[in-house]
Amino acid sequence: MKKLVWVRAPGMTASIYLACAAGTGLSLAADPATGPHGAMPIAAQEQRLDKLITRYATPPAGIDPVAWASIYMMTGNELTPDRIALGRKLYFDTRLSKDGTLACATCHDVSRGFSDHRSVSEGIGDHLGKRSAPTTMNAALLQSQFWDGRAPSLDEQAKLPILNPIEMGHPDAASAMASVNTDPTYQAMFQKAYGRAPNYDDLGRAIASFERTLIFLDAPFDRYAAGDLKAMSLAAQRGLDLFNNKARCVSCHMINSSNPLGTDNLFHNIGVSARTKNFEALAGQAISVLSKNNDPKELDKLAIETDMSELGRFLVTKNRGDIGAFKTEQVRNVGITGPYMHDGSLKTLWDVVDHYNKGGETNTYLDGGIEPLNLSENEIDDVVAFLFALTDTRFAAQNEAAFREQQALAAKSRPLRDNALAHREMLPFEQRVMGPSGLK
Amino acid sequence: MSDNTKIPHIKSVETRHLEERESMFRGLQNLDRRSFLKVSTGAAAAALAAGASNHFHSFLPVNVAYAAEGPAGQGFSFAYISDSHLYAKKTNERFVRQLLRAVDDINKIDPQPDFVFYGGDLAQLGRKEELDLGAQILKSIKAPLHMMVGEHDWYFDMGQHWNELFGPQTYSFDHKGVHFVVLMSVQEKDFWTARGMSPAERMHTVAGLDNALQSAFEVGAPQREWLRKDLEKVPTSTPLIVFSHSPLYKLYRPWNFWTDDAEDVQAILQRFERVTVLHGHTHQVLSNRIGNIQFHGMLSTAWPWPYAPQGLPALTVQMNRPNPFDPNDGLGDGTINVHPDGLVDMLYNLWNRNPMQVRASYLSSGGKSDVPLAPTLASY
Repeated sequence: MKKLVWVRAPGMTASIYLACAAGTGLSLAADPATGPHGAMPIAAQEQRLDKLITRYATPPAGIDPVAWASIYMMTGNELTPDRIALGRKLYFDTRLSKDGTLACATCHDVSRGFSDHRSVSEGIGDHLGKRSAPTTMNAALLQSQFWDGRAPSLDEQAKLPILNPIEMGHPDAASAMASVNTDPTYQAMFQKAYGRAPNYDDLGRAIASFERTLIFLDAPFDRYAAGDLKAMSLAAQRGLDLFNNKARCVSCHMINSSNPLGTDNLFHNIGVSARTKNFEALAGQAISVLSKNNDPKELDKLAIETDMSELGRFLVTKNRGDIGAFKTEQVRNVGITGPYMHDGSLKTLWDVVDHYNKGGETNTYLDGGIEPLNLSENEIDDVVAFLFALTDTRFAAQNEAAFREQQALAAKSRPLRDNALAHREMLPFEQRVMGPSGLK
Repeated sequence: MSDNTKIPHIKSVETRHLEERESMFRGLQNLDRRSFLKVSTGAAAAALAAGASNHFHSFLPVNVAYAAEGPAGQGFSFAYISDSHLYAKKTNERFVRQLLRAVDDINKIDPQPDFVFYGGDLAQLGRKEELDLGAQILKSIKAPLHMMVGEHDWYFDMGQHWNELFGPQTYSFDHKGVHFVVLMSVQEKDFWTARGMSPAERMHTVAGLDNALQSAFEVGAPQREWLRKDLEKVPTSTPLIVFSHSPLYKLYRPWNFWTDDAEDVQAILQRFERVTVLHGHTHQVLSNRIGNIQFHGMLSTAWPWPYAPQGLPALTVQMNRPNPFDPNDGLGDGTINVHPDGLVDMLYNLWNRNPMQVRASYLSSGGKSDVPLAPTLASY
């Protein structure tokens, strides 16, 4: 496949031209943190959201209506304005955390790419979790939720962080519902949205409904693919070619009109957690814990609180082939949703490309498709330029600021750059098989 | 939890997969409980009678009930790795990684198998550097290693370097009351001299499928004679386990899933009461029985073949068609549990799937009892 075919929905203008470095658009650079846990204050976030999304469309622009209706919508939770309004109120409501300091929007902050710009998230009592908060942008289009896919839908996903002891910390659904149940506004909104009294399942459904409106698929890349050849810089255009060919990104991050996120929705061990953890010992422990208790909340605790988090998909399937495997994250808006990987261990997109360029981190369960890429320094820059061209144009200024920041960081330090491995001067298995002197 | 009945809960593919695995692990837990019997020697025979002879790999929470094993002739297990098809160093490190993964797997089995058998096709094009790389990797196997040759190891230098590394290609040995025979079943008639082919051309021809140039594999008359002699002094009551790279029966000629003189070899083996043939080459779960001979294919660590379009033995329960987006799917290694009577249960340790076990009793009963659990995931 040389070039992607990208069909635009009718009525969308392709003539608007915004290169990723153009720096036009709304001024949305991240503000200094002033709220609890470093998040932008809730009221300011809401104002910003109003500027980002001026009207809710179903289906959202950029998505095929038939696909939206048949694949992405949950039966029994069809998108209605009442449900969206209720979900939005809940998303920004800090009462959903036990100590009243966190809302969904704390770790999925409108001003921070609907994430938190931290490597791992901070919950109640300033507890740090083990995983990086994925963006809620476009999350509705993913086939499973969480880094290990342990929730099949947003409706299920939204209920778990509220009850996790080191995230939002409510001991049970009743405790989480207490504040909602005593608020007459909520009583009325739940009644309007779902035709019944407030309950925890509907709370999950409502938050999911709101998140289904967070669709950001209008990037320079989309405009380029629609025929505006000036929408992406030449570097980004070269990067697209590398993305689809030499750099092999497209093997897992296939991006096209029917699969707009650039993820295969599968789980792969690319070696990130092999850097620090001994899988075998962890897997043995996990098996013994999970064989005693198969409760989803137990799984949630292992995934968030313990070192077993590093086992990834294995915790869900208990299949050795899934050890250290995590979900292929979307590439949409990737420029403004760093740091990267399930543990937020990579600060810049240069680090990400360096990681893949050297063939990941070798370990027994490394995905078969990961191999050294032999990318040159210029080619790495091009791939990164393309990745920044995947950010929705509504975040152009923020994207530009993130690009500059990452560029400066990468100029100072490239911890994963390894030319010997990337160019196959040394092979990852060589030392192990042949000793330090390598193969003859 | 209000009215879940009204709203159908959609289960994702992943959730359904999870449920399937959970049911498997419930089974494993039961097995684990049973395996505690092994602390008591009195209960050991009962454990074995109850069928707790599964041998799962690495850290899976199963302590195998080996209690009944001990003195010679009392059953044991060995492991296998097969068909790694290594290229030279820089050409394809994925296959190298996959062989290393199998070595890791086998080395983690606790308790260790009595020995490890390598099923042939260590190299892809028979080159010295390919065989050397493979030999070096196999050195890290903890248990004793027995080797078999495949056509990919042979037809560049007609086995010269393989013989230097691993010794003769045809041999036999005895272990705990079982007589083991290793054959070189991939002899071809000379198609190369008359055509003036170079060693590399010869090798490439043999390495290809669906070509009319090469001849069918065979054990050949001299080796059959060797086999007859080797078995002369072995009583017919001794269990026999024979290794051949190609299946010792006729499955599908265009891919050389075939041994041309299979009937002649089978005739030599038929007088024994319990015979098992284990073969490589087919890269898939493959089960067959002809008379009193039971056949099992071995998994590859390089790639899985699809099932042949015709000739598939009726007793074969097919493994899943591998996920084409997952280069490790359909690959694996395995363990062979040898019963005290000398027949074997074959455990296919598919890396990315539930393990499959094909029991001796399944083949003995002509498929009536102990039918292997068919894979539960639909093919792609």
